[in-house]
Amino acid sequence: MDKHKSTEKPEKELSSESRRDFLKTTSILTAIAVAPATVAKAAEFNLGEKMSTAFETTPVNLTVNGVKKQLNLEPRATLLDTLREQLDLTGTKKGCDYGQCGACTVHVNGQRVLSCLSLAIMHEGQEVTTIEGLAKGQELHPMQQAFIKHDGFQCGYCTPGQIMSAVACIQEGHANNEADIKEFMSGNICRCGAYPNIVKAIQEVKNGGRKS
Amino acid sequence: MIQFQYERAATTKAAINGLANSTHAKFIAGGTNLVDLMKRNVMAPTKLVDINRVPLKDIQQLNGKISIGALALNSQVADHPLILEKHPLLSQALNAGASAQIRNMATVGGNMMQRTRCPYFYDTALPCNKREPGSGCGALEGVNRMHAIFGTSEQCIAVHPSDMCIALVALDASVIVAGPKGERRIPFEEFHRLPGNQPEKDNVLQNNEMIISVEIPDNELSKNAHYFKVRDRASYAFALVSVAAALTMDGKVIRDARLAMGGVAHKPWRLREAERSLAGKTVSEETFRQAAEIAMQGAKAFKYNAFKLKLGPNVIVEALKNAAGLV
Ligand SMILES: Cc1cc2nc3c(=O)[nH]c(=O)nc-3n(C[C@H](O)[C@H](O)[C@H](O)COP(=O)(O)OP(=O)(O)OC[C@H]3O[C@@H](n4cnc5c(N)ncnc54)[C@H](O)[C@@H]3O)c2cc1C
Ligand code: FES
Ligand code: FES
Repeated sequence: MDKHKSTEKPEKELSSESRRDFLKTTSILTAIAVAPATVAKAAEFNLGEKMSTAFETTPVNLTVNGVKKQLNLEPRATLLDTLREQLDLTGTKKGCDYGQCGACTVHVNGQRVLSCLSLAIMHEGQEVTTIEGLAKGQELHPMQQAFIKHDGFQCGYCTPGQIMSAVACIQEGHANNEADIKEFMSGNICRCGAYPNIVKAIQEVKNGGRKS
Repeated sequence: MIQFQYERAATTKAAINGLANSTHAKFIAGGTNLVDLMKRNVMAPTKLVDINRVPLKDIQQLNGKISIGALALNSQVADHPLILEKHPLLSQALNAGASAQIRNMATVGGNMMQRTRCPYFYDTALPCNKREPGSGCGALEGVNRMHAIFGTSEQCIAVHPSDMCIALVALDASVIVAGPKGERRIPFEEFHRLPGNQPEKDNVLQNNEMIISVEIPDNELSKNAHYFKVRDRASYAFALVSVAAALTMDGKVIRDARLAMGGVAHKPWRLREAERSLAGKTVSEETFRQAAEIAMQGAKAFKYNAFKLKLGPNVIVEALKNAAGLV
């Protein structure tokens, strides 16, 4: 009992302390917006936005597949869990959860990244595209069509990640030949071994000249 | 993952201040190493200072050197025209590491600070002096196939996993770091350290310091440079052994040689003796073989990594042959 009490107290202190800091910092930031450069300079030492304290959620704004989302998240929430569990966008898959398989690949500001190794809070104000955001209405993205045409999957679990990665691979200019495609798609593991057909699908889209 | 406080810094000063008064605070950049380790409870900072908005992404030519900001992404550096033209060795090394997605997140500073991939470090149920000083080294008598053959200690035989750092040490880079008292410059070779009896310390960066940039002095190595990496699969795996080789040539004669090895030590392993042996020699497989022998002097294997004693010199020779255009 005693032990319980003594651990609880510092926690409370910590959080009220930090809330004060948050208010302080927020008012400094407001001050910067309206103040002359000297004030901003004085505040520079403190120009860290204190976003949250442990055990608190924080407002996070993301644009997901073109739609603005306002969320309240714990800082430790990964982008992957946020997409799947808060936004019900379950197209993005959790394969390993440790950066080793590529199943969770999404685009952030147009670049392919691993959503499992990314904290959602780090993407404040950024644009996220998932597999659900690729098709235009009923019309599939050319890469989606090419995967179907070339049988670029069997079980399909790695496929959303493969397709997001493939679209980016062409945009980056890393799909100029088969060797390049294999190298720059190596971050997407396929347990079913659909690799040769995935390469064919990417080559077709690349040669079809459509880049996005 | 435990809960933590999160703070976003917009300037170097704010970032460094964010670490003050908190021994358990860490910077987060790409997150590709730190988030992984936090999920596994290997690292458990109580506060993260997000440095992604600190403007340190520039790659620029300065007087006699190229400066790369600590927050430049690994992919951005690898594809940058200045780097491709002047330091292709660095581009090659970066592209040999991780995957396209990870390189789009990973930063130069984070890459230097990444922890070892030793399985005993990763498994909190097993002993590891690096994770928990004094608990013992599980790898010493355990599964040590991926481990070091140079500069080991009784306390730790882990390797530093970075590819980028192998190229940077060969290119005589310097690291610029900033702390509460201002900036200092550290030669790349002195940034990472050997385990000795403090394996918990990977490098000489202080707890309250931040990496600001890396500088590479101009050189004449760009035409004859090669990064050769051997791994368990063709891509997306850490090095068993890798070698960065670069030569300045006068026709067939070597004027200056740079050699560094990855996957073999607790730090990027520069092969200075072997470099000296190459200066003034005419390129040939025989010359390279002799240099490789010199490079391997003092190597010591453990139960499962003796193959590195054979693989090492072969990779050195292949890297040099590629650099010299002999293949
Ligand atoms: C599946 C997988 C495979 C990989 N394969 C390879 C490979 O083959 N070769 C290879 O080289 N790497 C490989 N990596 C590792 C990868 O390169 C690193 O995870 C990455 O470079 C870390 O950079 P980051 O910006 O994401 O760092 P973070 O994870 O954000 O940070 C890592 C550490 O650096 C500190 N830090 C970050 N920036 C600074 C700074 N400016 N100043 C001071 N401290 C700082 C942080 O506090 C933290 O402790 C692989 C990773 C994964 C997940
Ligand atoms: S789930 Fe992210 S890489 Fe496997
Ligand atoms: S289709 Fe089954 S894992 Fe790729």
